[in-house]
Amino acid sequence: MLGTVAVLLLGITCWAQQTEYSEQQRLNMESHVGNMTGHATIGAPIYKRFCIGCHGVVGDGQGENAMWIDPKPRNFTIAIFRCRSTPTGTLPTDTDLYDTVGRGMLNSNMPHWLPLTNQDRVDLVAYVKHFSPRWLTEKPGTPIVIPPEPPVTADRIKEGRAVFQKMECWKCHGVTGRGNGPSAATLTDDENRPILPFNFHDSQRFKCGETDAAMYKDFMTGLDGSPMPSFADNLKPDEAWELVMYLRTLQPEDTVEKQIAKQIGLKPLEPNGQLPETPATPAPAGNPAGEKSTNSSGTK
Amino acid sequence: MKTRSKVAGMLAALLLVATVALTHGPKVSAAANGKVTGTVKLDGTAPHMKGIDMSKDPFCVKYHANSPAQLELVVVGKNGGLENVVLYLSQGLSAEAASQKPSTTPVFDQKGCQYTPHVLAMDVGQEYKVTTSDPTAHNIHPEPNPMTGNIPWNRSQPPGAAPIVQSWKAEEVAIPVKCNIHPWMHGYHVVVKGPYATTNDDGSYTIENVPPGSYTVTAWQETYGTQTQKVTVAGGQAATANFTFKAK
Repeated sequence: MLGTVAVLLLGITCWAQQTEYSEQQRLNMESHVGNMTGHATIGAPIYKRFCIGCHGVVGDGQGENAMWIDPKPRNFTIAIFRCRSTPTGTLPTDTDLYDTVGRGMLNSNMPHWLPLTNQDRVDLVAYVKHFSPRWLTEKPGTPIVIPPEPPVTADRIKEGRAVFQKMECWKCHGVTGRGNGPSAATLTDDENRPILPFNFHDSQRFKCGETDAAMYKDFMTGLDGSPMPSFADNLKPDEAWELVMYLRTLQPEDTVEKQIAKQIGLKPLEPNGQLPETPATPAPAGNPAGEKSTNSSGTK
Repeated sequence: MKTRSKVAGMLAALLLVATVALTHGPKVSAAANGKVTGTVKLDGTAPHMKGIDMSKDPFCVKYHANSPAQLELVVVGKNGGLENVVLYLSQGLSAEAASQKPSTTPVFDQKGCQYTPHVLAMDVGQEYKVTTSDPTAHNIHPEPNPMTGNIPWNRSQPPGAAPIVQSWKAEEVAIPVKCNIHPWMHGYHVVVKGPYATTNDDGSYTIENVPPGSYTVTAWQETYGTQTQKVTVAGGQAATANFTFKAK
C-alpha cells in the first residue's frame, strides 16, 4: 500500500515538473495566417540565417549585434510585443507577428522582410513563438474591433485636439506633438532603458504601421513593453478616430487634415496643456459666454 | 476463516472512517479559525527618505504644498512600527485553506501623485480595483515577471476615469507598479496564497481566518526583504509573531 502511495506521489511530482516544456514540445509550434500554416522546425534555418544576429540564439534579444543598436531587439522568451491587435497584457495573434515581420519596426533596426516569401514569414512566426512557453499555456487576446473611419471634418479635427488635451497625450508627446512633453525626458521601457515618445512632426513612420487604422489600434491596445498605455477603457471609437485626424494635422506630409487645419487656423495646445482660446471672439474679457459657446465644440 | 475476513473487513472499515475523519478534519473545525497577530518594528534609526521633486506636474506640486512628498522605501510610524510590511503564511496551509479567497476588493488609489496604499496585498485570483482621485492623468503599469503567469499590462486612467478591476493569476512577491507619466510613482502589489495582512502605521497586524495548525509566517518589506517565523495556531486562539528588521 505504501508502495502505491509512493508511486502516486512520484507521478504527481513528475507531472508538476512538466511545466518546463521540452525543446521538442516547443518545436512542434505552429502558426496560422490566413490559409497558410507555419512550422517552427521549418522556420528554424530561416531564423538562423536572418534573425539570429540581433535576436540571439535563444531568442532573448541578446544577439551579437544587440549591443550596438537602439531600440533593442525584442526578447521573444517573455513574449511581450509592441504591435498587437489584442488588448494590453495579452499575446498577439499570429497575423500580428506576421505583419510585423513583413512591415519591420519603423524607426528601428528591424527592416521589413518582404524579400522572404509569405510562407517563410509564417514559418518564422512559428519559430519566434517556440522561444516562449507562454504560447503553450495562453491563448492570444481577442483582437479589438476597428470601426470604419468617419469622414474628415473641421469639427472632428477640433474634437481630436480636445481628446489630445483630455487624455493628456501632451504629458509625453508635448503640446505641439514634438515628443517633448514634461514627462518625455524620464520615460523608460520595461527593462528600464530610456525611450522617447513619438515626434509627430518628424514623420508618419509609426512603429506599428502608417495607416489610420494602425494609429487607432495603437491607442486602443497600447504598445506593451513601452510607456504607451492602452486607452481602450476611456476612449470611445469616435474619439479615437478624431484623435487620429488631429495627429494627422501635425505630420510633415501634406494631408487633408492639414489643409483643413490651415483653413480654420487650428492652434496647438497652450504650453500649460490647456486648450487655446478661440480667436473668434474679438471682444476682450467682457464676453465669457461667447467664448464658452465657441469653445463648446472642443470641450463637449 | 470467516471470522478472520470479518475482522479484516471491520479493520478496513475503521481505516476508511479514520481516513475520512483525517482528510475532512479541518472542515469540521473550520468555525474555530484562529489568527496570527504581532507587530513589525524597525531596530535603529530610520533611514532618511529623500523628498520627491514633482515639478513636472503643477497639480502634484500644489497637492503637496503643505506636506512635502517623500519616498516610501521605509515608513516608520508610532513606537518604531514599520508600515507597509506584508505578512502571509508561506508554509503549512492546506490546499483548501490556500485556495479560499477573501470576498473583499482591495483598492489601489492614485492620490496626490502617489499610491495609496503604497503596498497592496491580495490573494491569487482576488479582484482588486485601481482608482484615481487626481485631476491629472496617470498610467498604471504593473511589471510582473511574465514567466510566473502574471502578465504585465499598461492602461491609461485620465481624471474621472472609471476604476480598473483586475486580478493576478499567480503568487508573486512582489510586483512593482509604476506610472510612466510621473516617474517617481512606485508601488507594489503583493500576491500571495491564503490569508494575509499588511501592517498599520504602528507596525501592528492581524492575519484573520487562520485554520488551526503549524505555519511559517513570512514578513516582506520592500527594502529589507523577508523574514520568517514558525507559529502554531490553536482553534479560535491568536498566535503571536513579532518581527524586527534591522535598519541599514
